[in-house]
Amino acid sequence: MTAVELGIPRRLLEFTIDGESVRAPEGSTILDACRAAGKDVPTLCQGDTLTPKNACRVCVVEVEGSRTLVPACSRKAEPGMEVRTDTERARHSRKVVIELLASSVDLSTTPRIEEWIAEYDAKPDRFGPDAERLGEEPRVDNDLYVRDYDKCILCYKCVDACGDQWQNTFAIAVAGRGFDARIAVEHDAPLTDSACVYCGNCVEVCPTGALSFKSEFDMRAAGTWNEAAQTETTTVCAYCGVGCNLTLHVQDNEIVKVTSPHDNPVTHGNLCIKGRFGYQHVQNRD
Amino acid sequence: MDLRFGDSKPTDEERAAVDALLGPPESAWEAPAGEWVDRSDADLRWARGGRAARDRRDQLLPGLHAINDRVGWISEGALAYLCRRLTVPPAEAYGVATFYSMFSMRPRPSAVLHVCTDLACAGASGGLPDVPGVHVEESPCLGMCERAPAALLVRAGASASATPLAPFRGLAPDPAPRSPEGLEHAEAGQAVPQLGSPDLVLLRRIGTVDPASLDDYRAHGGYAALRRAFALGPAGVIREVTDAGLVGRGGAAFPTGRKWQATAAQPDGPHYLVCNADESEPGTFKDRVVMEGDPYALVESMTIAAYATGAHHGYLYLRGEYPTALARMSHAIEQARARGLLGDDILGQGFSFDIEIRRGAGAYICGEETALFQSIEGYRGEPRSKPPFPVEKGLFGKPTAANNVETLVNVLPILTLGAPAYAAVGTGRSTGPKLFCVSGAVERPGVYELPFGATLGDLLALAGTPNPLRAILLGGAAGGFVRPDELDIPLTFEGTREAGTTLGSGVVMTFDDTLPLPRILLRIAQFFREESCGQCVPCRVGTVRQQEALERIAAREGIAADDDIALLREVGRTMRDASICGLGQTAWNAIESAIDRLGAYAS
Ligand code: SF4
Ligand code: SF4
Ligand code: SF4
Ligand code: FES
Repeated sequence: MTAVELGIPRRLLEFTIDGESVRAPEGSTILDACRAAGKDVPTLCQGDTLTPKNACRVCVVEVEGSRTLVPACSRKAEPGMEVRTDTERARHSRKVVIELLASSVDLSTTPRIEEWIAEYDAKPDRFGPDAERLGEEPRVDNDLYVRDYDKCILCYKCVDACGDQWQNTFAIAVAGRGFDARIAVEHDAPLTDSACVYCGNCVEVCPTGALSFKSEFDMRAAGTWNEAAQTETTTVCAYCGVGCNLTLHVQDNEIVKVTSPHDNPVTHGNLCIKGRFGYQHVQNRD
Repeated sequence: MDLRFGDSKPTDEERAAVDALLGPPESAWEAPAGEWVDRSDADLRWARGGRAARDRRDQLLPGLHAINDRVGWISEGALAYLCRRLTVPPAEAYGVATFYSMFSMRPRPSAVLHVCTDLACAGASGGLPDVPGVHVEESPCLGMCERAPAALLVRAGASASATPLAPFRGLAPDPAPRSPEGLEHAEAGQAVPQLGSPDLVLLRRIGTVDPASLDDYRAHGGYAALRRAFALGPAGVIREVTDAGLVGRGGAAFPTGRKWQATAAQPDGPHYLVCNADESEPGTFKDRVVMEGDPYALVESMTIAAYATGAHHGYLYLRGEYPTALARMSHAIEQARARGLLGDDILGQGFSFDIEIRRGAGAYICGEETALFQSIEGYRGEPRSKPPFPVEKGLFGKPTAANNVETLVNVLPILTLGAPAYAAVGTGRSTGPKLFCVSGAVERPGVYELPFGATLGDLLALAGTPNPLRAILLGGAAGGFVRPDELDIPLTFEGTREAGTTLGSGVVMTFDDTLPLPRILLRIAQFFREESCGQCVPCRVGTVRQQEALERIAAREGIAADDDIALLREVGRTMRDASICGLGQTAWNAIESAIDRLGAYAS
């Protein structure tokens, strides 16, 4: 089975996953190969459009000969590697990592987390009622998006998206260290005093909902957010000639947020402020 | 890049501090916000920016030091000006500045007293003093454990100073800042209880040679090893180091010859040499003593290592908490440069090499080699994941040989005695002499040198064992405890491994029963929590959960503590298995050994 699309011809590496022989093009990660082989390895900090930071450690697998577990999302496959994805050791680490995360941050808007909590029998409550939590208030300092760092798992995706991997604006970075580390602009100022250009690319990649559209945040607060009732329509942005793809999320005939397909070869899910947030005129009905 | 620096302005002092490091701004684009110094026609069309300016990113940490030294803290205007000068995004610079504990982003008094509350000092100190006009801070190990309790007084200003105070017996009204020349050179010798013993190899010059004098160093056999290295050629040096069986003394015990060979063989260039002098393992102070007492030995060893690995530029990354070592090493490097022992054409051999010192700023994690590279490059000191390994992609993404101070100075006897004679010392798999940092409840704390293979009991006999001896911490906070009845453990890498413990960085810290064990364990947990870089979840949250569990069971034992001990084991196993770097991987070692070997919390 082939793990990723073959561009220019690449050598195929042979190795084993859970005892089965697999082949993957040179340069693919263990995760690519696992997914191609139909293994369900959980990931949080991994992003399809970003260089993996391998910070969350929920994707760890066992690699023969390695003293510690190995992050599948970033370790490149090597010929002859023996990878085991479902051992007691790997499952134990995933379980505890999920517990550590769920006990310290609010994962209520993280997709699939409930499923993994059940799958790994994680019990985030067992650290006791006094277990330290982030305990941050949502920051609502502009009309476009909200930063609710109580939900932030410090996956670094927004920093990478804002920085040298996509946007090149460098408005946000990780500040502080250890448990006190947070995503922040300089001097932890409001976003409006920063270099942010409101492209929303950080919102696009955030895996937990820590960054969300103001529209979504308000609707959730009002109890009217209903993903099941939403339709998604992908269209072309009309603002300029680049031709970025926009996916309009519509609920009750109103656009509630705009995302962009990550597999689009032009934008890879990135947009500018107009494409991302400038949709009010569409629904101006006067 | 699309940088926005804001419009806060630096004060004249802040600006002067930055300009003293980087020179005056060359164009209006670099000038402070709203100020158009000497705007020329060219400025309207030309900006120093892009690659040329970004290449100076590695001046970020020195720049933050410059401001913090002058003013005592880093204001918005100062940070913005530094960022403008270096074309560094302010959010990133803020992220870097807040990473280090010696910088403050809030105004504070110009005098800061860092009082060590770590293992050796915790037993000796009477808590935090209250001094008017001085900002007092708790500090992790200051590396002066042999003179516990220790404190470091840092004064900001035009003539900034840092004064080690050990043993710390309160603050005199105005302790005069001491210059490096004013320090008695016998001081380093005070940390060497074996002073004068003819058996010393690595420590033989310490306390006898004048650390400020290159001539004295030469009179004591200095630079003979470098001459031999030039005679052997780079490949010959590597062969000699390999044959001598030298392995890294930092804790990982990787064969040095193999590391050098791998670096030398890389086709990519330039190659770098990094000396890791960020000795922050609680209980470790040997590198400090070597740098303070025999600084030219390190200059010479670095030159040899650079010659062998094909590096022309070396970085000495020195702990921010070691002002005396910094002064001594700076002086030694200047002297060596002035006498043609650094720079172009060393000893007329056509080899060029120079050493740049970089000061750390209070972050244990920067002792991890990849975090150290990040720190030098001007990024947050977060470890990178390996592979790729430093020999292939290290500092600035180039092949790099990184060694700690003790490893490097071993190269001198290897070259002067020859590999066979060196390898004859110690055991078959742990060759040569080894430095141990003995502290805690002993009669004669200090740095000891013994051939590998001596037992823990041999070492403690030299240092004077306390009575009663309750426990021994081997290898520092990342190491493990052993019992007083295990004194026959041989002090070798393989011997400690067989005994189910570790030699680590050579720390031997003893405890009598004056300090309750749960308090020591809590302090170790607190240390790891505070020093975690925060990058990966097992360590960032795991160290917090570990500390919480230890707090809960501090007063419990027996079955009452069982549930929390089970929890600790699960979290500890995950930290060890799934953390990115050694900090998280070892954060549970000492506590686990205290539970399993010492029976902590057992009734
Ligand atoms: S909206 Fe765009 S510019 Fe602003 S922080 Fe997010 S990625 Fe950076
Ligand atoms: S805000 Fe979101 S994207 Fe950014 S680090 Fe936190 S979880 Fe990751
Ligand atoms: S183990 Fe700890 S110190 Fe190391 S990378 Fe992870 S968070 Fe940082
Ligand atoms: S998904 Fe691999 S470490 Fe987070």
